[in-house]
Amino acid sequence: MPLSNTKSWMIGSWLMGAVVALGLLVAPAAAQQPTSVNPTASSVNEKKLLEALKPEFGSTAAIQGRASIPDSQSQVVQQPAGRDWQSFRAGTLANVGAYSILGILAGIVVFYLVRGPVRISAGRSGKTMERFGSIDRFAHWLTATSFIALALTGLNITFGRSLLLPVVGEAQFAALTQLGKYVHNYVSFAFVLGIVLMFVLWAKDNLPSVRDIRWFAQGGGLIGLGHPPADRFNGGQKLIFWSVILGGIALSVSGYMLMFPFQFAGIGGQQAANVVHALAGVVMVAIILGHIYIGSLGMEGAFEAMGSGKVDTNWAREHHSVWVDKVMTKQGGKATPAE
Amino acid sequence: MARMKFLCDADRCIECNACVTACKNEHEVPWGINRRRVVTINDGKPGERSVSMACMHCTDAPCAAVCPTNCFYTTADAVVLHSKELCIGCGYCFYACPFGAPQYPKVGNFGSRGKMDKCTYCAGGPEPDSTSAEWVAYGSNRLAEGKLPLCAEMCSTKALLAGDGEIIAQIYKERVTKRGYGSGAWGWKTAYKQDIAV
Repeated sequence: MPLSNTKSWMIGSWLMGAVVALGLLVAPAAAQQPTSVNPTASSVNEKKLLEALKPEFGSTAAIQGRASIPDSQSQVVQQPAGRDWQSFRAGTLANVGAYSILGILAGIVVFYLVRGPVRISAGRSGKTMERFGSIDRFAHWLTATSFIALALTGLNITFGRSLLLPVVGEAQFAALTQLGKYVHNYVSFAFVLGIVLMFVLWAKDNLPSVRDIRWFAQGGGLIGLGHPPADRFNGGQKLIFWSVILGGIALSVSGYMLMFPFQFAGIGGQQAANVVHALAGVVMVAIILGHIYIGSLGMEGAFEAMGSGKVDTNWAREHHSVWVDKVMTKQGGKATPAE
Repeated sequence: MARMKFLCDADRCIECNACVTACKNEHEVPWGINRRRVVTINDGKPGERSVSMACMHCTDAPCAAVCPTNCFYTTADAVVLHSKELCIGCGYCFYACPFGAPQYPKVGNFGSRGKMDKCTYCAGGPEPDSTSAEWVAYGSNRLAEGKLPLCAEMCSTKALLAGDGEIIAQIYKERVTKRGYGSGAWGWKTAYKQDIAV
């Protein structure tokens, strides 16, 4: 049957065409199918994320994302900068602190043995003149006593664990350190008040002058003989003054950052604040040790300035000749006799 | 003794936060303190991954190195624990911790942040095991009962693994080999100075 033959051929060719067409549609899809599926092709990878982080000190470089807990600190997966801060606290700080403090103490001992105390060359005159009034002395002793409390409690945070803990035992040490922390936090306000007071009272007389260069060039009366002329404050005292002011600013700013954690900075800032606070602290302790020596054992007649506020006129002439002249002209050469 | 570790398989974590909830409930952790949390990286983007993170109980723990009162100790199972009796709440452990694990009950004015709290690996604290004194300060001590941390125990996809480091590393290795991918054993390099090579 030719008709049916034709018909079957037509159906056959139509089917063939359909199959080819289907094949053409299917083929590209089948060719794209890989042997195994990798659903993590675009996924995050810890190793790469860690390598991409450049944990610079003081930065807040961290692998972070989104967390359902409202506290933003819970969004951090890893923050490697803590390792740097750890090596500072557990290594660098202990070395810097120990070397600077022990170094200055050794220096003082050697200086005392070699040079001895600075005497009043002309001897005491028996007459005194007022050097520091009650407000001056209040500012000084407010700062001094609070600084000693802060220094001892601060040194305990850094060195207590290795020096004091083995001696007193861990429970007593923890109680002491807890108390020390509160003392440190609250006494800081007295210290800051003292710094502000001293700045207001003495900044004017502590401005550097040409006379200071000559004072330093002549060894300031400490090294070598004779006393270079000085006004109310000599070059060395100005150095102490500005160290205390700048150190006080560094300590108080970084200290309040630590006292109110994460209010002003992120974790990098907190770590940086601790580094500044600790380094400024040990350097200030070293400087103040020198200051304590020269104001007590190291110099005859010096303590009275901050003790009674009245100094011997001979002492004043030797150490602050310019200042004495100014006071004398103002008062008409009157000096009160010693009691 | 085993060397206890946590391992979060981020390719399995579905961010259900059951570990977080289990932890809070098991230890009755106060409001504001989160011993464990789930963080989603690249949230909403292709390839986002969620990681459940808590204290990793590090080898040579940074918190222990910086603590002024030496309140941290490592148990025979290598779990890093601390004594709340000795803690002064200074916050130094948080500055040192690479995982943000230490938590403080108070927000922190005048340095009074309270005693630090963190994941105990469900192993309590220095007080005698399973006593009420231990429970009040640190929560339950499952390890003393021969149980693993609850967060990992009740993880629905077994993304979070807890147990001996070698065993859980082996499990993770087998998974990665079989499925052909893995985004890494999160935190292992930082915490244990060791990576799982597959």
